[in-house]
Amino acid sequence: MSLDHVKIGFIPLVDAAVPIVAADLGFAAAEGIEIELFREISWSNIRDRLTLGHFDAAHLLAPLAIATSLGLNSIKAPLAVPLALNLNGNAVTLAPHLHDELMERLPDGSDPGDPRATGAALKRLVEDRRANGEQPPVLGMTFPFSTHNYQLRLWIAAAGLNPDEDVRLAVVPPPYMVDALENAHVEGFCVGAPWNSVAVELGLGRILHLGVDFATSCPEKVLAVRESWLGERPELAARLIRAMVAAGEWLERSEHRQEAAELLGASSRLDVAPAIIRRALDGRLSTGVGDRALTDDRYLVFARDGAMRPDERHARWLHGQMARWGQAGDGPDEEALAAAVYRPSAFDSAIGGPISLAADPLGLKIGGLVQSG
Amino acid sequence: MADRPKTPDRPLKIALVEESPVRAAILEEGLREAGHATILRISDRANLLERIYAIDPDVILIGLANPSRDVLEQMFQMSRSVRRPVGMFVDQSDSSSIEAAIDAGVSAYVVDGLKKERVKPILDTMVSRFNAFSRLKAELDQAKSQLEERKVVDRAKGILMRQKGIGEEQAYALLRTVAMNEKKKISEIAQAVVTAAELLK
Repeated sequence: MSLDHVKIGFIPLVDAAVPIVAADLGFAAAEGIEIELFREISWSNIRDRLTLGHFDAAHLLAPLAIATSLGLNSIKAPLAVPLALNLNGNAVTLAPHLHDELMERLPDGSDPGDPRATGAALKRLVEDRRANGEQPPVLGMTFPFSTHNYQLRLWIAAAGLNPDEDVRLAVVPPPYMVDALENAHVEGFCVGAPWNSVAVELGLGRILHLGVDFATSCPEKVLAVRESWLGERPELAARLIRAMVAAGEWLERSEHRQEAAELLGASSRLDVAPAIIRRALDGRLSTGVGDRALTDDRYLVFARDGAMRPDERHARWLHGQMARWGQAGDGPDEEALAAAVYRPSAFDSAIGGPISLAADPLGLKIGGLVQSG
Repeated sequence: MADRPKTPDRPLKIALVEESPVRAAILEEGLREAGHATILRISDRANLLERIYAIDPDVILIGLANPSRDVLEQMFQMSRSVRRPVGMFVDQSDSSSIEAAIDAGVSAYVVDGLKKERVKPILDTMVSRFNAFSRLKAELDQAKSQLEERKVVDRAKGILMRQKGIGEEQAYALLRTVAMNEKKKISEIAQAVVTAAELLK
């Protein structure tokens, strides 16, 4: 029996693990699918190649799938999200000088792991720089429609700062983030694994926060397909979903972490030392400050607790972030269109029946009650 | 160019984002030949947005595989940019021209409101130049690999001639026969001979 060929684009990140494992360890073949993976360099490119039909599916930023469907950035092209590839996985890393400047300004007796405390320190730093006629801090994030952008804004706004005026947020594609830090184009960034740990390993950065310090179940990457593809190939899509869920469940088992790290580290995949990738899979990230590590078993979630089922409440929250920061209209109609990009029904029909939903889809730790200026 | 009809519109300012100096030169020459004089090349990834703001171009041309595309797209979201560029894909009516651009690896961003008729010839020029560059590169790569293959075959022939005391033609015939039997290229068999000889040294 010949296998159905499915082309999938990915960006070199640990959260591309599900399609990579599905392709390389036989989960796709078990569903009669041969996955051909394409490593891409920018989110713009992966989006264009998906919408124009070069790829059947893509590892995509969840907000970019929504923005593309709503026509908020470039081409307007209806996409569908039948599967979440992970939750969480980001971290905020600062150049050593910025980290020092921030630590000096922490409120007395506060915990450096508390984003409210670091936010207060950031506010002081911004005010001090302004008083001295210095430039505001420049922080890198991966794309205008990215959770990295929204997580940084959540933290900055909760501190009473305006993310569009008091700091500068600059887009840098993930594989270039460490370069940008080294060349002092940015003084810190929010990015997914393994790039925070790569910066730490090179002595260029120190990890300040894990994404889970801001929200414990933040949407991140999704598997995006063209809506028309999902409509035309529902049976193939169902097999693809099953293959991906099997890969996600394999990834969740701690005894598979070393094999997964080696698979992801290959030169055709992430091209990063497996030991560095392992930190993300273990949820234990050396910060670069002495031997301090930040540990959280929810740092990167693949398939646990039904995480791969696309949750429409995540799409609504992401649309809310777009509206809050002026990228989208805030009407209920537009929010409903955003929610409709997520297709839990496609997931349920592939996997068999709805699963119980978490009561709190996001677990926001900051910003919930704070109004921005 | 004298033989071209003068257009009433002012000349377009074109920003070319290209890191490879060879490709940039080829593209720039093509645009100049097509009558565009105001071409500003940006080869540095740093401060891309500042450069673009300073140049204030009507058209931004950038390779699809250039990572700076994500940086450029940030401009669409920024309110301080007075003239908002939009992706070439916004106007989806001309899909054949878009597909040709994608296949060639070109992308373009144009200032909102600029007439399509003014952008299309630029894009067409870029597509043919990008394709010409790819052909040139493919030919160079092929010539290089053919040269490498010939060197390996020559070395393998020399080894066989010495080891087996046969002539050059016989050595080549031997390589060809083994290649045919094993359904492999002669250069692959030659490489195996060279590797084996290195190991047995």
